[in-house]
Amino acid sequence: MTEIKTHKTNIIRTTATMAYRNLLKTLHNPDELLDVVVQPVLFMFLFSFLFSGAITGSMNSYLPLLVPGILMQSLISAASGSGTQISDDISTGIYDRLKSLPIPQTAPLAGQLFADILRLIIAATVSLTTGFIIGWRPEADFGWVTVAVLLDIFLGWALSWIFALYGLIAKSSTMVESISLMTMLLLTFLSNAFVPVKTLPHFMQILVSLNPVSYVISASHTILNHGIWPTSAWIVLGAGVIVIAIFAPLTVFFYNRRS
Amino acid sequence: MNQEYAIETNNLTKTFGQQIAVNNVSFNIKRGEVFALLGPNGAGKTTVLRMMTTLLKPTSGTIKMLGHDVQTESKTVRSLFGLTGQYASIDEDLSANENLMIFARLNGLSRREAKQRTKELLEEFSLVNSANKVISNFSGGMRRRLDLAVSLIARPALIFLDEPTTGLDPRTRVQMWDTIRQLVASGSTIILTTQYLEEADELANRIAMIDHGKLVDLGTPDELKKKVAGNKLRLMFKDKRTATQAAPIITEVLSVAIQQTDNTITAPLHDVNSVGTVLNHLKNADLKITNMNVEQPSMDDVFFSMTAGKN
Repeated sequence: MTEIKTHKTNIIRTTATMAYRNLLKTLHNPDELLDVVVQPVLFMFLFSFLFSGAITGSMNSYLPLLVPGILMQSLISAASGSGTQISDDISTGIYDRLKSLPIPQTAPLAGQLFADILRLIIAATVSLTTGFIIGWRPEADFGWVTVAVLLDIFLGWALSWIFALYGLIAKSSTMVESISLMTMLLLTFLSNAFVPVKTLPHFMQILVSLNPVSYVISASHTILNHGIWPTSAWIVLGAGVIVIAIFAPLTVFFYNRRS
Repeated sequence: MNQEYAIETNNLTKTFGQQIAVNNVSFNIKRGEVFALLGPNGAGKTTVLRMMTTLLKPTSGTIKMLGHDVQTESKTVRSLFGLTGQYASIDEDLSANENLMIFARLNGLSRREAKQRTKELLEEFSLVNSANKVISNFSGGMRRRLDLAVSLIARPALIFLDEPTTGLDPRTRVQMWDTIRQLVASGSTIILTTQYLEEADELANRIAMIDHGKLVDLGTPDELKKKVAGNKLRLMFKDKRTATQAAPIITEVLSVAIQQTDNTITAPLHDVNSVGTVLNHLKNADLKITNMNVEQPSMDDVFFSMTAGKN
């Protein structure tokens, strides 16, 4: 038998291994991606055919409003996957095993959140491609479309820390899923994602203006249709940073505390 | 630092809110021994194990593993042991090969070493033919074997097994016992929890009996059998009245607490030779017995005598 030399385990290598593990899981179980693939397609079709007439009168005028909405909704939905996966890992005992290894304690969490970026990229790609198929044509060039997507992914990733926290403190993954779904619905519907804000009652307009999702949708709307970087995009970046600044330490705290 | 001991626990206590899960438990585990924590469900065995493996913080008390404090030197401590949890904690969606590779990499092995170690372990645990199958198709026994293989990747000095055979069929259970014996032969210190007396009796050098969070007793299986239940003397009389008359005599001779049920008296017997004395005294008092036997204790007797009436 060979002698085992344990090398110093470092956070980057361990996080990379953990991220690799999560990607491998997804490859073996592509059905886990159903929510990020099917949901954007479904909602894009549903909303465009159902509401375009009522809201703006025509498909062509509704799509520029709808596409950023569906994009963000799909990203939030994809982000909520982190909570479910963390909760699953806890209930199967894998987190115990990971935590008993001589690795940096936050590496499993970091690996999960890095692997989640792939889900976010898939969700974004599927959303925009579906929009394109039913006739959406952004005014801005490809570079600006990429900027909008990156901005949305950034906020989606920031929000995935909140979902990761749900995953850590909820009792079961079923519970995580229902809370995540409610959060996703509230965040997207209490925003300017699908309907023009001025049609809403006053108190809802206030809620909408407090919701960071409204800003990301306005921002991506502006970027996609005009090819300029609006002030709201800065607000989105700021909101993302604030969410991460609050929820990343909180999530790490609960992750380490779990006892 | 006492190198005789793999683990030293001192006044270990863990409370969850109002509930005391582990109550002032102290014991030492010697290097190279198989140490069993035996107790019914909910006795606190797993809580003790989780504290020893850095997964839970004790409310008070200390644990040292090979001289290192489990709390203040947790990272060093984590490199000393392997843990196999109560449920096979391996990745269902991955193959045996992938599970071993990933955990090998997490244990700090280089890619080449990880491949080598994975190959060795797959062979050692007869998993070569299923190496690339996804775990969800594995049998219970295969899962446990893989789970154990994963905990052995870094060749830890200590191996913790939390209920290693719970839920396995009798055949697989015996196979698992064989595997554990092989680990012992290779010099590892093994700490296992079990609710099966038979398992503790079969595998352990020493057994700590835990009930309601307390350490009820600690010793070798033989010591426990002798000490607690000992041999049992059972005497039957022709009626209850005779038995009642005989009771104080037997108590005096053996100087132990006895049990009387109707016409039968049962007494713990520390020394088989004292049976003669008891019989002599009864004869002198003219109390006739109708039947007599001396019973060997089983681990079940030990267990029930210690936890009697509490569950």
